[in-house]
Amino acid sequence: MTRNEIKNVILEIIEDIDEEADFDSLEADKPLRDQLDLDSMDFLDIVMELRKRYKLQIPEEEYPELSTLNSCVNYLEPKLKDF
Amino acid sequence: MHAGTEQHRIVITGVGLAAPNASNLPEFRTKLLEGRSEIRMIELRYMQPSPAGVCTFDETKYRRKRENKRGTRAGCIGVYCANEALIDAGIDFSGYDRARTGVYIGLTEHGTVETENEVYNISQYGYNIDYWTHHHNPRTVLNNPAGEITMNLGITGPHYSVGAACAAGNAALIQGVQMFRLGEVDLAMCGGISECVGSFGIFASFRAQGALAEHHDPARASRPFDAARNGIVISEGGCVFILERLDRALARGAKIYGEITGYAMNSDARDFVLPYGERQAQCMELALRRAGLAPGQVTIINTHATGTRQGDVEECRAIRQVFGESVPPWINNTKSNIGHAMGAAGVLELAGNLPSFVDNMVHPTINLDQPDPECALAGLVVDAPKQLDRVDVILNNSFGMVGINSVVIVERYAHDRRQAS
Repeated sequence: MTRNEIKNVILEIIEDIDEEADFDSLEADKPLRDQLDLDSMDFLDIVMELRKRYKLQIPEEEYPELSTLNSCVNYLEPKLKDF
Repeated sequence: MHAGTEQHRIVITGVGLAAPNASNLPEFRTKLLEGRSEIRMIELRYMQPSPAGVCTFDETKYRRKRENKRGTRAGCIGVYCANEALIDAGIDFSGYDRARTGVYIGLTEHGTVETENEVYNISQYGYNIDYWTHHHNPRTVLNNPAGEITMNLGITGPHYSVGAACAAGNAALIQGVQMFRLGEVDLAMCGGISECVGSFGIFASFRAQGALAEHHDPARASRPFDAARNGIVISEGGCVFILERLDRALARGAKIYGEITGYAMNSDARDFVLPYGERQAQCMELALRRAGLAPGQVTIINTHATGTRQGDVEECRAIRQVFGESVPPWINNTKSNIGHAMGAAGVLELAGNLPSFVDNMVHPTINLDQPDPECALAGLVVDAPKQLDRVDVILNNSFGMVGINSVVIVERYAHDRRQAS
């Protein structure tokens, strides 16, 4: 997957959690949870959805890698390169 | 329960409901008077199509879709009913403290739907529990539906569920009355909820017991007292009542649906599933005694009968034992119209009868083509509504598995009747 495709996957998962999520003013280097109405359970929903879609097992200690949109893409890019 | 002062008299001032044929009380009443059942066939995982009652209401009227996805169907129904009840009562919390508001919700069961869905979910991933959802516990704790109501409304007083099988709706009402009398709350939201049409296990268990209704026409499947009855029609639903002290209700000029003047609960102490008329009769007698009423003063009995062979017979025997063959009371059965809404049954059925204090009608029992002689009841209202001069007292039966019985008596509100007692 390209970086842009990975970004779209993340946004798609977030939109599935909250269809009213506003991505227009989303800054890619700022924490997602500071900008969107997401809490820790929503964050776990994102982790679960990545597991279901791509069989990705993300260890808890690596959750901080998913804090911003850009860090998500950076973290997932090598893991999703064959998808 | 001759609590003489207005502080101890508890009245119903708001009703919010979701039934298989209605999403508010006026609509519900109209459908019951017309005898219009909207039971339909549903398809459920692993099951043959079965008759069931499914509610249609505006699920995002009071809560966003994302909260409905995170929560449970019971929570969704509960939030809708609770908001509708508050609006109906005209309560915006300017005159009541949310910290002195209690939410008491009766449940037959909870968590079955969520657990079945989650087991199915992991079955799609080789039963790997890494795929088990983190939402499972908050969805399945027994206080879930009541808790979802408090989160939605910002109510910080007590909330919990009352587990009482199919007597649960009445049990929650009784809990509310008792909390008022203990001085624990100033406002109570009491009701019952069921989401059980989402559970194949509940259908399959009734089927295995030989107690799941079957009929080619789903609207004709729920037929209490009929010789050809063959079991229960399972429904989802919810109903929340607003309870207030009479003095507070009067002070704000509230509309008063009725006054809860009597109640009773007891246990069969006999069998897991078979009901026991003798104990049901004792329960009705205790409620009447507490209300200070003679059997002949009851205008309407809403029967619990679910359409099972023995259950209907036992209740009819109990009613004949307490009330004899005289009329009144007039008798009806709301399940014939909406099916068995389990934890919501007692309160939904009471709600459906409450407008009788205004229109003085008794809504009919439907689907009674050939009455079972063992279910003979002198005052049974069949097919068409019965117009009376005046309805003063409604007695609401609600019984459940593992031998639990509940009776609630609601009277037409009369300002000076109980003050003198």
